[in-house]
Amino acid sequence: MEFFDDGDYELREIQKLEGHTDRVWCLSWNPKTGINGVPPIIASCSGDKTIRIWEQSGPSQSWRCKAVLEETHARTVRSCAWSLCGKFLATGSFDATTAIWENVGGDYECVSTLEGHENEVKSVSWNECGNMLATCSRDKSVWIWEVLPGNEFECVTVLQGHTQDVKMVQWHPRMDIVFSCSYDNTIKVWWSEDAESENWECCQTIGESNNGHSSTVWALSFNVEGDKMVSCSDDLTLKIWEANTLRMESGDGYAPWSHICTLSGYHDRTIFSVHWSREGIIASGAADDAIRLFVESKDDSIDGPSYKMLLKKEKAHDMDVNSVQWNPVDHHLLASGSDDGTIKIWELASTSTEMPEASTESTESTASTEKKALQKLGMTTLI
Amino acid sequence: MVSGLINANPVVYEKKERRVRSALDYVDEYAVEPIDQQEVFDILSSSLILMPFILSCIKFEVPLSPCFDPEHPYSLEELKVITEDAIEVNDECSYVRVTFTPTVEHCSMATVIGLCLRVKLMRSLPSRYKVDIRVAPGTHATEAAVNKQLNDKERVAAALENPNLVDMVDECLAPTYG
Repeated sequence: MEFFDDGDYELREIQKLEGHTDRVWCLSWNPKTGINGVPPIIASCSGDKTIRIWEQSGPSQSWRCKAVLEETHARTVRSCAWSLCGKFLATGSFDATTAIWENVGGDYECVSTLEGHENEVKSVSWNECGNMLATCSRDKSVWIWEVLPGNEFECVTVLQGHTQDVKMVQWHPRMDIVFSCSYDNTIKVWWSEDAESENWECCQTIGESNNGHSSTVWALSFNVEGDKMVSCSDDLTLKIWEANTLRMESGDGYAPWSHICTLSGYHDRTIFSVHWSREGIIASGAADDAIRLFVESKDDSIDGPSYKMLLKKEKAHDMDVNSVQWNPVDHHLLASGSDDGTIKIWELASTSTEMPEASTESTESTASTEKKALQKLGMTTLI
Repeated sequence: MVSGLINANPVVYEKKERRVRSALDYVDEYAVEPIDQQEVFDILSSSLILMPFILSCIKFEVPLSPCFDPEHPYSLEELKVITEDAIEVNDECSYVRVTFTPTVEHCSMATVIGLCLRVKLMRSLPSRYKVDIRVAPGTHATEAAVNKQLNDKERVAAALENPNLVDMVDECLAPTYG
């Protein structure tokens, strides 16, 4: 776990991507881009019923819209997610369908349309292996689909349990466990003890009575190790959860998630999005147009881990921030999507490295600058 | 089962006398004028939304009170669904909160009224504005549920993609255009 010093960091806007004609709901970085000479790619989806694919290319290294995927979804495209292989993009829409797009030589073809939900699909998520997809809907259910040869998708199970619409589904980053969060204020954990069977069941419900949220839970995200989870809510808090996933990975049965910390007092309006970077920085996007970053704090560690705000970017957008996503390869790159219809690419930079090399600088501050530069290097070597 | 009007005998109130804006307000036409309580109230109170809708979708079987004219669309002000005092505006923070009073405690139209208020403000105020809509505390049987729904923007967005609902909202708001 990386620790960060107070202040001295800023989110620097690299570029604003314009093209959507309605609010941007969700973003997804293609995990197989931005490395080995492949230019970085991000997908965005919107209330304008389209998905846009953006690529950073050209001599100016600027972001451009490479493709607009339209005329497939009849209503708002609420959610998008790349498979881990980077070849498939799943998109969930208010039109009750999920579309699967395949990248064929730079063109995106809709190779499959998944029907079954009664109404709005609100979130889609691939598992780590890319052989399963989870979707959720206002119809209160979570569906798990198995990917079969020939772009066929078969519904393995329909998980019922939430009493209201399900806002988001997310697979655990290492195990085939599905997490769903809902308008009913709870997070539910779904798991099939026998990996081969279709015996999925709800292993845990995290509600207000066990330190959970008191209003709609909008999103959740995991740290890189997968032993911690952060959730965000309309109750204006972020909550951090922990589980003994090692025990579970070694086949020792279900390890329940327990509350370790609530971050309250930072947000004034609904928090729509939360994302944990691979190096431990939690980003939140909220209805107050701001982006905030949180890190584990060195202080007060007697009572277990605590978290502090690293920075707050006021007016990150002109309207609500609906999605914040860290780039999986370049860990200092953050993308945000907003009701204002734009996407912004940000770089997390240390302000101290910006200081001119003044000769009057005292030895002490040079040392601290060095320390921070090292920290920055340390951050990049965590890849 | 609903037989007849949801609120067959609404109390109709006199429109309040508007205070006249001072001439000073109009000295500089290009000055940025902050949005205030009265302006938001004017936007909303002119919305003639309630009766035409209720009448268009409910077959009424009970006799109406003599003072109630079903052909006349009453404004929200006349029905005291909203009052100027129930509107909080902070232009500096770009924030508006509207507290409305459904006509009766079990008025199933509360969500629809709230949705119309939200749409009206979405269309009238600058996009920088944050809008909270809620029913007045203690005035509705399912207050928390109505408030939650009205302030969940995903649900509102989905509702506004429903052509029937949009037609209805537009119909309710139509008299205020033009």
